Amino acid sequence: MRDGLRVKPYARLTEEQIRRVHAASMLILEDPGVLVGHEEAAGLFNRGGARVKRTATPGLWAVSIPRGMVERALSTAPQVVRLGARDPAHALLLDGRDPCIHFGSGSESNFILDLETSTWVCKDDPAREGIFPTFKKKRGTVADLCRAAHLAENLEHLDFFIRPINIQDEEITEQNKDVNKFFACLDNTSKHVMAGLTDVEQLDHVLHMAEIVAGGRQALQENPVISFITCVVKSPLELVSEATERLLRFCRRRIPVVISSSPQGGSTAPIEELGMVSQINAEILSAVVLSQLAAEGAPVIYGSVPVRARMDNLHDMYGAPEFNQYNIDCVQMARFYGLPCYSTAGVADAKVPGIQSTVEKTLSHLFMAHSGAHLIHYAFGLLEETQTFSLEQAILDNLHIGLVKMICQEPQVNDEAVDRSLAVIRKVMASSIRLFARYTRRKLHAGELFIAYPFEGDSSADTTLLRVKEELERIDSLPAKPLPAEIRERIFREVPGLLERLRQGGATSAYTG
Amino acid sequence: MRKSLAQGIAAGRILVEAISGGMEIVGRKFEQGEYYIPDMLASAEAVGVAMEILAPHLTAAANLKPKGKFILATVEKDQHDIGKNIVGIMLKGAGFQLVDLGVNVPACRIADAIEREGADFVGLSALLDTTMRYMGHTIEELKRRQLRSRVKVLIGGAPTSPEFAREIGADAHCKDAFAAVETANRLAEGRF
Repeated sequence: MRDGLRVKPYARLTEEQIRRVHAASMLILEDPGVLVGHEEAAGLFNRGGARVKRTATPGLWAVSIPRGMVERALSTAPQVVRLGARDPAHALLLDGRDPCIHFGSGSESNFILDLETSTWVCKDDPAREGIFPTFKKKRGTVADLCRAAHLAENLEHLDFFIRPINIQDEEITEQNKDVNKFFACLDNTSKHVMAGLTDVEQLDHVLHMAEIVAGGRQALQENPVISFITCVVKSPLELVSEATERLLRFCRRRIPVVISSSPQGGSTAPIEELGMVSQINAEILSAVVLSQLAAEGAPVIYGSVPVRARMDNLHDMYGAPEFNQYNIDCVQMARFYGLPCYSTAGVADAKVPGIQSTVEKTLSHLFMAHSGAHLIHYAFGLLEETQTFSLEQAILDNLHIGLVKMICQEPQVNDEAVDRSLAVIRKVMASSIRLFARYTRRKLHAGELFIAYPFEGDSSADTTLLRVKEELERIDSLPAKPLPAEIRERIFREVPGLLERLRQGGATSAYTG
Repeated sequence: MRKSLAQGIAAGRILVEAISGGMEIVGRKFEQGEYYIPDMLASAEAVGVAMEILAPHLTAAANLKPKGKFILATVEKDQHDIGKNIVGIMLKGAGFQLVDLGVNVPACRIADAIEREGADFVGLSALLDTTMRYMGHTIEELKRRQLRSRVKVLIGGAPTSPEFAREIGADAHCKDAFAAVETANRLAEGRF
């Protein structure tokens, strides 16, 4: 089991404010309620006690959900959800009442950023030259995903893996995308793998692959090496057809699923905090109700990804201060209900690694860690509002998340610590040079101290990214931990659609061809 | 240390092989990034304690030639002494005779001590960029009293640099305590 970091959560909302948001969400669920674009789901809501009416749009129902239905669903949705892993040492235990944080990657960027270095000569003084990084964007491939998963395996602070790159190779189709992306992840990291499903008809193939990896159907239930994310809600307040179908199937197969909603403050949700949080909370709760109607006790995770609209282009904005406000509030709401929470941090609006990206990422890493969210996704390598992924940025994020975790550690103040500190102070004061060197040395060699920024540059230029590039080359050269050969062979035999070039596994270079 | 002396191992040999040798290893590890400042400080502290035990035996050892007399001071208007103290302990460990004048020492008192002690070296320390200029004042005072040619002047401390050492006419800039010992050793070899 991977140890998360238990934090003393920062409470932005008071208890009374939480109850107000809850009350507002209950009123929203009754009036206007939610729109449901899935006939079976509308039927489930109806039989469960909701008031369901056809709308003027064919295939769309207006559903008014009474408070009692929400309370019933919350009483059956599990408070504790276990996410397994190929290596059981990487399994995660999420307890809705226990603010224990984990950081993970995400989420299917179309582009990957290649960092290149070149030597530049100063135009004003040709005797002066320096090496500087430049960036090139390219479309993501299966090879890139394998490399990212291999990197994830080796990043100390990455607790769970969501594919950060959309695979866009020529041979990838809507039908074979799911099996290939899950295989690329599972074959290159032994940590928990989480993803959305492109084609719901591939669910059986993906689950069969997971069963082979876990050791059978029952073994997968006990050690769910994969879980799913489904963006059921199209804000404002609509459960869309395809994602609802996925939710119903995931719940019936009892595989953990993140119920995700991502309204945009200023366009698809109110921009002000109370309105935004009341709406997203209602959206997620409506899908939680549906999950429990479909399969009572199905393991679901409260997935809140509220963002703010950027005013000049209406893109999602992750660097806005409101982003942290919305997201912290949602984590508090999930804890209020006792549901495990999937939240968001670490996306930069900046297009390349640098000062802007560091500020944007660090603010949300720090605040969302303090919020006590169980799964903090998007935390590694994401730039340009999630459109671009950078391996070098992921290495930097790993370092910064490590620092954030150190900041969040609980203070050790107890009788034993007081006695120890007094003894040290008295001993040092009685010595000739009055320095705390020996005590510090013990902490230093126990690995308890932050030594220095490992990618520190020199005084002539900012060389941090050049050093990070070297670190990426070092990690790339580390041996892979692929699936055992017999498991890979069985997967290739029994799961259709896998690319032949993934069969070899092993070193990441094997995929790049 | 006491056990080694009781076994009849010569104090001079303990100083050279155990203490100086040990500190050389610490210095090497520090340069290689394996050791950090607390390791250096803890080592220096251990040397200090060892030297207290060893000192009476060293004076009795006829065959041990001191490397020279070293005066150490933090200059006028500066109260910082951590770095200076570490340098002092390590110089003692390296076999120099040490006279530590303490902190906030005016130029005239440093010159008096050099004259009185017949010192071969003087080490000046400052932590503040507002007090480092008193290093230059001290050197001027040594020149005025015609003591400058009799003594090697080493400087160190956070705001100092090799350029500053050249500017004020010091003989060497030492970036840390290991550099101070290394420089003093080098200068001592040339002197004797």
